[in-house]
Amino acid sequence: MADMKTAPAAAIAAAPSPTGTAGAAPSGGRGRIRRHWRLYAAISPFYLLFLCFGLVPAGFSLFLAFQRWDGLGDMEYAGLSQFRYLLADTQFWDAVVNTLEIWAMGTLPMLFIALVSAVMLNSAVRFKGVYRFAYFVPSVTSVVAVAVIFGSIFSTSFGLMNAVLRTVGIGEVAWLNEPWGIKVAVAALMTWQWTGYNAIIFLAGLQTIPTELYEAARVDGAGPVRTFFSVTMPMMRPVILFTVVVSTITGLQSFSESQVLLGRNDGMSTFAGGPEHAGQTVVLYFFQQTFDNNDFGYGAAIAWAIFMMVVVFSLINWRLVNRRERARRPS
Amino acid sequence: MSRTKGAMARGISLHTALIAGVLLSIFPFYLAVVMATRTSSEIFSYPPKLWPGSHFGENVGHLFDNIDFFGSMLNSLIVAGTVTVLVLFFDSLAAFVFAKFDFPGRKLLFGLMMGIFMLPAQLSAIPQFVIMAKLGWIGSLTALIVPAAANAFGIFWMRQYMTGAIHDELMDASRLDGCSFLRQYWHVALPVVRPGLAFLGIFTFMSQWNDYAWPLIALTNPDHVTLQVALSQLNSVHSMTDYGMVMAGALLALIPLLIMFIFAARHFIADLAKGAIR
Repeated sequence: MADMKTAPAAAIAAAPSPTGTAGAAPSGGRGRIRRHWRLYAAISPFYLLFLCFGLVPAGFSLFLAFQRWDGLGDMEYAGLSQFRYLLADTQFWDAVVNTLEIWAMGTLPMLFIALVSAVMLNSAVRFKGVYRFAYFVPSVTSVVAVAVIFGSIFSTSFGLMNAVLRTVGIGEVAWLNEPWGIKVAVAALMTWQWTGYNAIIFLAGLQTIPTELYEAARVDGAGPVRTFFSVTMPMMRPVILFTVVVSTITGLQSFSESQVLLGRNDGMSTFAGGPEHAGQTVVLYFFQQTFDNNDFGYGAAIAWAIFMMVVVFSLINWRLVNRRERARRPS
Repeated sequence: MSRTKGAMARGISLHTALIAGVLLSIFPFYLAVVMATRTSSEIFSYPPKLWPGSHFGENVGHLFDNIDFFGSMLNSLIVAGTVTVLVLFFDSLAAFVFAKFDFPGRKLLFGLMMGIFMLPAQLSAIPQFVIMAKLGWIGSLTALIVPAAANAFGIFWMRQYMTGAIHDELMDASRLDGCSFLRQYWHVALPVVRPGLAFLGIFTFMSQWNDYAWPLIALTNPDHVTLQVALSQLNSVHSMTDYGMVMAGALLALIPLLIMFIFAARHFIADLAKGAIR
């Protein structure tokens, strides 16, 4: 659940500042390291685990991307052929487009509604605790259970969406069989699950804005809309950027929503992403190639392509953050 | 007079909008309750039923016939519980070191850890699977527990917490008293960072309980899975036929975590939000 969502929080805020350092007496090289062996031992579990299950595997998967391998037999050097295949692989690019479409359809409305909700929550005096609880609950519930429930809401024959459409006189929509319907369903699920979470983050950001700024804006005769755009928005920029970064990184790697919602037992791969692969995200495609087709080499190439995507989007976000820093600093 | 009336109208429309949001948040849960208490023919009929029925016991009976519900719940408990204990210990120990001691390579190691955050899980998924297959862990809960036993987020979180909460005077005094490193950790650090540990513990337990992608791959024996994987199997096989049963499963899988969250919510939400805006 929120582990992916929160993790980059720390990454962005990370400003390693040595504080309250104790017990450091300068002495020479190796002796110093030996003197601190307890400290190294204490931090070692994380680094050992990372070495065994993070760094070495990541390196190995780079090696694999240049091999043909089914996971059992002998490896066969493939050079760049798998990357060349990837560039021409329409199913891969369709998956990239699907991922971005679902991300845009789910994330943009989500952040907008979350911001509006946060502003409202901030001005509500009573029942704040109840509201916060109710808005937050979707984000701690398991995505599998949520996808099961949304599967029923978007069911063609008995779903609530179609019942509503039928009642108002519009015909039924085969949500989970139509390419765009699939994307609407997946995006709706994401929006439902994460809007409240983001609203709470925004609310926390709003509460750090000093009330004097609002007083000053009122004295200057600014109306509520003007105040929102010249006081609230600039002050909220770091928090908004944080939520954009987090939802971009998690959105690019979305998997469970589509997998559970569309992974029916109908003879197709459970990673296929529904009819015409319309709900197949890049991570689903990675799983399909790797664990259904046992194409470990090509799977590794896809994994590195996903990594590059994440890096590119992180860089774009980082540029945005940096521009803010430069703008803030008086030249 | 008119001013207070305007304020009241604003207040009412504000709360109306907020309550609509609450209803949207809660509604899918309610719908799950409705369906979990209905027979399939009731669910498949039009107009849709919007209030709970009386067939919950029946659906739960079918559920227990079809999947080993308590077995997979026990598996989830074992994984989430063990990982939580390990994470609390390893992360707080490492955080204590980063927060309160200086040693060669400290900045480098900490920076390296923060960089690791960004690596997508898929990057190491294949070799991790191969390594674990060699170790004979695939199909067992070990495959889920060991790689999750320590993580960068928890170390970072606890370090932030400890930096402020453990005063240097306390550290100096305990050292003058001849406290060893481990005694300092146990008797000086841990007692004052309990709230931070509580957050990290709940957070870890919840993420492990809800984890899905890796368990789906690593638990290759369909009879020995976690609750989320069992629920997904149930959904993919029976969602066309016995929806009431599938919903009963979804509902029962949600309840333990919801109960936990209800008790922890106040501090948990505040801590999470604080972490994000820092």
